[in-house]
Amino acid sequence: MKVTKKDMENVAVLSRLDIPADKEAQYTQQLNDVLEYFDNLSAVNTDDIKPLAHVLPISNVFREDVVKESLDRDLALSNAPLKEDGYFKVPKVLED
Amino acid sequence: MKLFEQPAHVLHDMLVNKEITSLELTEAVLARIDEVEGDVKAYLTITRDEAIAQAKAVDEKIARGETISFLEGIPGAIKDNICTKGVKTTCASKILQNFVAPYDATVMTKLREQNPVIIGKANMDEFAMGGSTENSAFQKTGNPWNTDCVPGGSSGGSAAAVAAGTAVWALGSDTGGSIRQPASFCGVVGMKPTYGRVSRYGLVAYASSLDQIGPITKDVTDCAHILNIISGRDEMDSTSVNEEVPDFTKALVEDVKGLKVGIPKEYFVKGMDPDVEKTVREAVKKLEELGAEIVEISLPNTDYAISTYYLISPAEAATNLARYDGVSYGERAEDAADLVEMMTKTRTQYLGEEVKRRIMIGNYALSAGYYDAYYLKALKVRRLIKEDFDKAFEQVDVIVCPTAPTPAYKIGEKISNPLEMYLQDACTVPLNLAGLPGISVPCGYSSNNMPIGLQIIGKALDEETILRVAYTYEQSQSFHNDRAQLGGN
Repeated sequence: MKVTKKDMENVAVLSRLDIPADKEAQYTQQLNDVLEYFDNLSAVNTDDIKPLAHVLPISNVFREDVVKESLDRDLALSNAPLKEDGYFKVPKVLED
Repeated sequence: MKLFEQPAHVLHDMLVNKEITSLELTEAVLARIDEVEGDVKAYLTITRDEAIAQAKAVDEKIARGETISFLEGIPGAIKDNICTKGVKTTCASKILQNFVAPYDATVMTKLREQNPVIIGKANMDEFAMGGSTENSAFQKTGNPWNTDCVPGGSSGGSAAAVAAGTAVWALGSDTGGSIRQPASFCGVVGMKPTYGRVSRYGLVAYASSLDQIGPITKDVTDCAHILNIISGRDEMDSTSVNEEVPDFTKALVEDVKGLKVGIPKEYFVKGMDPDVEKTVREAVKKLEELGAEIVEISLPNTDYAISTYYLISPAEAATNLARYDGVSYGERAEDAADLVEMMTKTRTQYLGEEVKRRIMIGNYALSAGYYDAYYLKALKVRRLIKEDFDKAFEQVDVIVCPTAPTPAYKIGEKISNPLEMYLQDACTVPLNLAGLPGISVPCGYSSNNMPIGLQIIGKALDEETILRVAYTYEQSQSFHNDRAQLGGN
């Protein structure tokens, strides 16, 4: 196996996901199968090839920094699971 | 043909000539929904009352003697990852099950200027991740040609609705084939425009460097008309290209004489269904008879496209889907002790298995120690794949190949094996990696009477030539007049 238990735990933390104990073996196996397949890329010579993140020949797209109409605050908050006084409400972040 | 079976351009003429009203048409489509939607399950939301109101408004306009635009009064479906103001936009995910879009996607703003009738929001694979619509958190859509089979995906609801006559036209989105492959499976026309041709503002992001919105229609003529409506530069999407949009309907010309059509040998290899190969080869022969010059070409890095795509798209997805954290919108899990636990519980509880799998693949490929070997390597191979096309298009005007290696398969047949599902995308993902436009048009049937699609690939921003080839081929055949036998017909 390419993917270790530790790899899976690390990926779960990065992904903010819990992997239930009864799914761990299945997820590890599936990730492993996919990664083993991806290894076909190692056959490709990519020396001196620049990575292509984006197909368009554009870099920075600038615009004037002017105030325009934006989403109304109540509308922006309308899908919030929890809100108070015009703010999103989350569990306490800072210690007392 | 019944009203709900007609393409939009025929219905438009009937509306203009006052042979029908938009209300009659809309009621015919809604009655068709009552008849077959229980088997097809193409829709997640049906906005019946709004549809009727829209239709009546158009009829009043016609009665006043005003001219109407192409889609005016004609019922369509919108994939549920395209934001529709005031209407649920769930991406077929539990995490957005109550999300009501607070604004319209740019494509919706452009569509609404035409006053179409919006019938509802179409089912899809959750967050557009999948090729069968089986990854929807809410329901499995049936293929109108055989409801035991998948409609393809991820825009399976959009394609199934058009094929079933529960929508005249639809919008889908295509990240790795998600418009073209369901169009192929459902016997309809689907186009992925050039990356940047259509604004992505308001399209819920899956893989931002690959995503593109496009039409799913009953024929190539409707495809060209809808592409006219949705294309163009949008300042809300900095990757939308600042190029003049031609009138795509001018490309609807029956003439391929002298056009060079490339046939990539790498697309006709192992694992391809023999019916698909035979049907596509017959279509190529037909193009030759119509005057095209057939040229065998090579796209040597094709074998690496699946790996490249399934590293880049999950990496982008892992980043894009980090926003589903239970804070600003979407569901939130209860009983969490702190912020991180709240986010983790929310995502674990409300995201589906395939979405989780891709987020984990993406984070793995992006994580320290693996970034160079996986993500960076994939970006380099992406350039090689794009260069393959650049070289091929020095020799040919379009490239023709199958849209999918198989016709639609049975619901449940492949879903348990993620890698096998990924391999199904071999013919479609290279275009997304290279940013090129592609169209799928019906080109025949398998031995068990399931539709097969022909994919026509063009140069960047040259949708006109692929529309011309698609139209010429379509008009030489009658597949676009065939309809799935379902319900009363």
